[in-house]
Amino acid sequence: MLQAIVFYALSVLTIGSACIVAFSRNIVYSTFALLGAFMGVVGIYVLLAADFVAMVQLLVYVGGILVLTIFAVMLTQGIGDVAISNRAVGLVPAVVTAVIATGVMIYAVLHTHWHVAATAPIAPTTYGIGNALLGRFMLPFEVASLVLLSALVGAVVISRHEARE
Amino acid sequence: MSGAIGLDHFLILSLIVFALGMFCVLTRRNAIGILMGVELILNSANINYLAFAFYGGGRYDGQIFAIFVIMLAAAEAVIGLAVVLAIYQNFRTIDVGATESLRG
Repeated sequence: MLQAIVFYALSVLTIGSACIVAFSRNIVYSTFALLGAFMGVVGIYVLLAADFVAMVQLLVYVGGILVLTIFAVMLTQGIGDVAISNRAVGLVPAVVTAVIATGVMIYAVLHTHWHVAATAPIAPTTYGIGNALLGRFMLPFEVASLVLLSALVGAVVISRHEARE
Repeated sequence: MSGAIGLDHFLILSLIVFALGMFCVLTRRNAIGILMGVELILNSANINYLAFAFYGGGRYDGQIFAIFVIMLAAAEAVIGLAVVLAIYQNFRTIDVGATESLRG
């Protein structure tokens, strides 16, 4: 019962914040509402017994991506003037596309018989994740470091002020 | 609906977040707004991974995929925001409809 209460509270937090992100006319409000959405998702991860992933989400999303987004919002002036409606995709086609896609997927979820295994006892996951990252997932782990390095260098190259002739 | 929280609840939560993210991506003309919609979509995918990992027996594969998704989201945000700032320096706007110099 407690689990249900926590789940619904976190869902309201996540979906409410995501609604502000999607519907707010002011991009600054959207950016700060993104904080609520990320925190709600962190709670959902904890509810799903993924303590390490929740901490990674907290550090990377809230501590990194969100701060970076706020920096970008503050560095670009006149940002609130951009109209919300898109010329390429109008408001009505966007709503129709989102509702149809989501409706089809909700129908699929509700009409699929998921084979749910017996829930494992809740235990710290860091030991298992560390072993897996340095064992079976060694190659993707190393490739990830290459991706991050190239993203770092690429971001510096792209955003650098160059003295153009 | 009983009081117990099952796999369906998490999947539908992630679908709602996905719908809001998709709406955000489709309607925003602000490049940073589009990136925020992409972040919402990636979060919904992560909720799915962790829900299936939890209700599929509690192995670690789903959680490791979620960690890789978070890593790629960080790289994507860094590159995306760098591109946005570079566009802003050149065009003085980040309205994606106004930057049509490359339209063929």
